[in-house]
Amino acid sequence: MISRLSAITFNTFREAVRDRVLYNLIIFALLLVATAPLFSQISLGIEKLILVNAGLSAISIFGIIIAIFIGIGLVSKEIEKKTLYTILSRPVRRWEFIAGKYFGLLMTLVVNAFFMTAGFYLALLIVSRGLAMDDARLLIAIYFIILEFFIVTAVTLLFSSFSTPIFAAIFAFALFAIGTFSEDLHNFASLAHGVTKWLATGAAYLVPNFATLNVISQVAHSESISAKLVLFNTVYALLYSLTAVVIAIVIFGRRNLK
Amino acid sequence: MKTSRKLVPLAVLLLVAAFSGSVIALRGAEAARGSRATIEDVLYLPSPQAVKRLSLGYSGLLADIYWTRAVQYFGQKHLADEMNYNLLYPLLDITTDLDPHLLISYEFGSIFLSQPPPAGAGQPDKAVALLEKGIRANPDEWKLYFSLGFVNYMDRKDYKAAFLAFQRGSQTSHAHPWLKVMAATMAQRANETAMAFEIWKFLDDTTQDKLIKENAEQHMTAIVVDRTIMELERRITIYTQRTGHPPASWFDLGRESLLSGVPLDPTEKPYKLMPGGTVEVADPNSLPFITKGLPPGWRKSTKPRPSESNEQN
Repeated sequence: MISRLSAITFNTFREAVRDRVLYNLIIFALLLVATAPLFSQISLGIEKLILVNAGLSAISIFGIIIAIFIGIGLVSKEIEKKTLYTILSRPVRRWEFIAGKYFGLLMTLVVNAFFMTAGFYLALLIVSRGLAMDDARLLIAIYFIILEFFIVTAVTLLFSSFSTPIFAAIFAFALFAIGTFSEDLHNFASLAHGVTKWLATGAAYLVPNFATLNVISQVAHSESISAKLVLFNTVYALLYSLTAVVIAIVIFGRRNLK
Repeated sequence: MKTSRKLVPLAVLLLVAAFSGSVIALRGAEAARGSRATIEDVLYLPSPQAVKRLSLGYSGLLADIYWTRAVQYFGQKHLADEMNYNLLYPLLDITTDLDPHLLISYEFGSIFLSQPPPAGAGQPDKAVALLEKGIRANPDEWKLYFSLGFVNYMDRKDYKAAFLAFQRGSQTSHAHPWLKVMAATMAQRANETAMAFEIWKFLDDTTQDKLIKENAEQHMTAIVVDRTIMELERRITIYTQRTGHPPASWFDLGRESLLSGVPLDPTEKPYKLMPGGTVEVADPNSLPFITKGLPPGWRKSTKPRPSESNEQN
């Protein structure tokens, strides 16, 4: 089982790396990071802050775009090329296929994030003429961004397991946007009464909460992030993505592929 | 294959021509729109809440962009010596809503807002509102209390409010010890120029920014010039009382042992002794913020805008 899972994972990773869109996005993200020091020159007093905000936002935005654009094609491409039938005719279970695809894309995103982080720290080194102990705190924000990738990839895979690529992309982007407002949903739920309160509370927990995973502003201002938040965010991201992947597996398992 | 090779130079030519043409057309369009149309309209949404929601969680980055936008807006108006800075406060309000901990936008933003036009927006009340907002979000930042005291002292001439701001600031943790001294001194001699000089000097010493440093130094220079002119005019009065007529030149004061040599302003230009016994500076444009020694009816000359100077060249 492990070998089958890892074979699909590494194959998905290899395929993603070969994808030209992926390279374009990485170059674009690195360019953004590289131009941040120049951008800071037209501002006043926020040279490092602007680099941190731009760099971390670039890592997050481009990672999410990569997750969605590659994620929507993970299942449909295999069906289109008929390669899925070859894979499933071997002793590979459907859930192994979905899980392998998920881990493969996740691996791609982690590797991308690693390169973008290296570029970001290089830019930081140039702008600040050295790195401080405080800069290690930025890694927590990057870790949370990776947790965001866990959820976005899982959700995209879920949509792609039953929908066309275009609709899967629309659904995934919409859910990401709604997820950034999830705190507003919680606030709305706390103000509502009766059935509305239950519905709003349910909706607030149903959509992924990306607000809790976004600490870019805090780390940019050198605010400390509690170990409790790191722990809860990790558990939340793992369990939420597990839920989405399990639903994707159930849907894909019941799907008529003939 | 041969046909495609022949097409390459043609394609390159077409590419260059099309791109150059598009640049010329765009420049024409920009000129037709007016340079300010783009800058004033883009990036400006009136509701801070709407902007925050549209940021999709990347509010820190958007705050930086809005702050840059505010700096650019201020810089352009400042360079053109304009009297109207209507968008400055909304831009700063959005910036600080997007990132309530962006201290620099409160500190420098309040200076931009409070200074009288054309140096600033001439809106000290809005500067105070911005700083109070900053203090609500960052109650332990002594620099914000200093800025509040600064605006109240320099631009609102509300010495009691300035004293209270310095006093509140001195009670924060990590407060600069100078704040306590400033609060105590202000209670005794709030309206002396020495006090104003001290405040500008403190700002000069504690800021790293070139623009703010330059501004503080210009203000300190202006205070020195104002003081010097007052002193020179005092000596001219003494001379007039002694001799019964005003001095014809600085040397007349020298002969009465009231002065040694020709007095020079900080730009190394001699002060002008006017027939009525008053003193004027040689070039008021090079000494912004001075309140004394200005020729009657003098108005600061507007600097040519970069586009205008290019046209002249």
